[in-house]
Amino acid sequence: MLEIKNLHANVGGNEILKGLDLTVNTGEVHAIMGPNGSGKSTLAHVLAGRPGYEVTQGTVLYKGQDLLAMAPEERAREGVFLAFQYPVEIPGVSNVYFLKAAMNALRKHRGQPELDAFDFLNLVKEKSKIVDIDDSLVKRPVNEGFSGGEKKRNEIFQMAILDPQLAILDETDSGLDIDALRIVSNGVNQLRSPNRAMVLVTHYQRLLNYIQPDFVHVLVEGRIVKSGGKELALELEQKGYAWLEGAPA
Amino acid sequence: MSTDALREITDREYQHGFVTDIEADTLPPGLSEDIVRKISALKHEPEFMLEWRLTALRHWLTMKEPTWQNVKYNPIDYQSIVYYSAPRQKKGPKSLDEVDPKLLETYEKLGIPLREREKLAGVAVDAVFDSVSVATTFRGKLAELGIIFCSFSEAVREHPELVKKYLGTVVPYTDNFFATLNSAVFSDGSFVYVPKGVRCPMELSTYFRINAANTGQFERTLIIADEGAYVSYLEGCTAPMRDENQLHAAVVELVALDNAEIKYSTVQNWYPGDKDGKGGIYNFVTKRGACRGRKSKISWTQIETGSAITWKYPSCILQGDDSVGEFYSVAVTNNRQQADTGTKMIHIGKNTKSTIVSKGISAGFGQNTYRGLVKINKGADGARNYSQCDSLLIGDKCGAHTFPYIEVLNSTAQMEHEASTSKIGEDQVFYFQQRGISSEDAVSMIVNGFCKAVFKELPMEFAVEAQKLLNVSLEGSVG
Repeated sequence: MLEIKNLHANVGGNEILKGLDLTVNTGEVHAIMGPNGSGKSTLAHVLAGRPGYEVTQGTVLYKGQDLLAMAPEERAREGVFLAFQYPVEIPGVSNVYFLKAAMNALRKHRGQPELDAFDFLNLVKEKSKIVDIDDSLVKRPVNEGFSGGEKKRNEIFQMAILDPQLAILDETDSGLDIDALRIVSNGVNQLRSPNRAMVLVTHYQRLLNYIQPDFVHVLVEGRIVKSGGKELALELEQKGYAWLEGAPA
Repeated sequence: MSTDALREITDREYQHGFVTDIEADTLPPGLSEDIVRKISALKHEPEFMLEWRLTALRHWLTMKEPTWQNVKYNPIDYQSIVYYSAPRQKKGPKSLDEVDPKLLETYEKLGIPLREREKLAGVAVDAVFDSVSVATTFRGKLAELGIIFCSFSEAVREHPELVKKYLGTVVPYTDNFFATLNSAVFSDGSFVYVPKGVRCPMELSTYFRINAANTGQFERTLIIADEGAYVSYLEGCTAPMRDENQLHAAVVELVALDNAEIKYSTVQNWYPGDKDGKGGIYNFVTKRGACRGRKSKISWTQIETGSAITWKYPSCILQGDDSVGEFYSVAVTNNRQQADTGTKMIHIGKNTKSTIVSKGISAGFGQNTYRGLVKINKGADGARNYSQCDSLLIGDKCGAHTFPYIEVLNSTAQMEHEASTSKIGEDQVFYFQQRGISSEDAVSMIVNGFCKAVFKELPMEFAVEAQKLLNVSLEGSVG
């Protein structure tokens, strides 16, 4: 599904990713861990095509296609979803209107007819249960005045509606209290599927208590320095990142 | 998203920039008593009208062009402007069949097929081409209700008593430089009178079109809603693309008597000039309504997307007790456009209420100024005002400015003022894109969300039009 080879990327002239390799297959859940500044979020943004992130070397194949050649909205229409660490507020545009526009952009791309209002609202109703999102939040402007936890829940709710093939979750656990963390993780677990790959970017091991990954990778200074199973996360929890810093890639 | 890409969306060209090749009767350029006399004679005006025009002209010659507005433009040479240009046609068309087919074609191109409007839309249209009113649809039906809807010239000839009684009573000929100029040379415009207790059953609409080169358009509109009457009126404006600037100095006067209501909506899409600011209409307009009667109401809604320069302040004089004034505005400036617009709400009567909702959108190098005055006079016990002024910036080369003036002379007044400035950020647009929505659709959704409070004040079919127009105006501004 996703094949990253020797990826180098700059942000504001500084090289952040320095030769990253990663392969993710359909149905797998990968966790990318690493200390602050190691390039975790940069990886997430490069994959989503955020402007300002300049790829200088390497290739990324997604479903066999050159992902880096695609515009951000094309990537989304092809099934790449990024759950943002800091979801932005969009005053004046209601969540439900926004999602309907997104949904229909995806459907149009797939050659499907637009969903009518009735079917769409049924879908919203069904999916809002996944993260226990309140009806009033669905109708309010996108993220405007939402608490930190509500924003993160809204991201997972959007993911549930848009049903992506590759979901990248950028620090989805940051800023969540324990109850919110449980709700969000529970939502993510419900969305695990043999047809979907997930990449979780996280600083802390605690998210992985709730969402058990198939693979854990440690990112240090722009490269993956160690990969393993979920037990690697526990080892990191005990030893910290320091023992891996300076390790050869 | 790069700034270049941001720029692309606002760069779409003007859609109404064609010229109709039509024969016209045109007076030589320049302004003098002689020209004013000629205009008046061409229009077969009664003596009182000519006298009024000449008094205005003499006063105008003593006035100076205002400089307080927050716009910059090259000096206007008032002697090089053509003050009268009329499409040549057989005298006074009796019906649409007698109107020059080329003119009708022009209106078709603009999306206002007069014939169809008449039959389908139930909107009565008065179309003003350069200086004269070409055709007014639906007159028969309106006449049955006693409603007069005709060109201003016709009103001067056929209803001089009404014109005499109300003309210049809201905007006196001494009012300001541009209004005074208009009073001297106004060419045509619309006239509406809705008699006592009559609710006008359809939207009345005027389309203004400047066609001839070097021509100014100076239309004059007068709308009177007698006691208990109601009327909703809409005007739309377009012009061809020309390299030189053209002056448009209109005056609109509204009079609402006891329990009467006037709703006046404008969709202004005059040619804005090209990307570098060459050409475009100078739109210096005076619009004012007098809520003369008790419980009368005047509501202005404007969507201003065109013109190189917009200078207008549709205002309400709230004389009658319990009268209500409203102003809802969306003003867009893109590329090199400049707008200085807002309103004045003058509270005189007791328990008068006013609402101001202004949404300014700036893109490209556009400069957008809101200028407003809320004045509560001494006798206006229990007056209330609510003002909201929001600015939205797209890109980093444009500007938004706000000058709200508040003068309160009565301690029982209640005033509320809210203001905000926001910017469409690249991170917002990226958020849309990441969900599969193109950057153009993203901007349009954000802008429409921003303008929602104003759009909902427009008559249904025009709200859709306005929304489309806004998208076109901003195309190329974000990418």
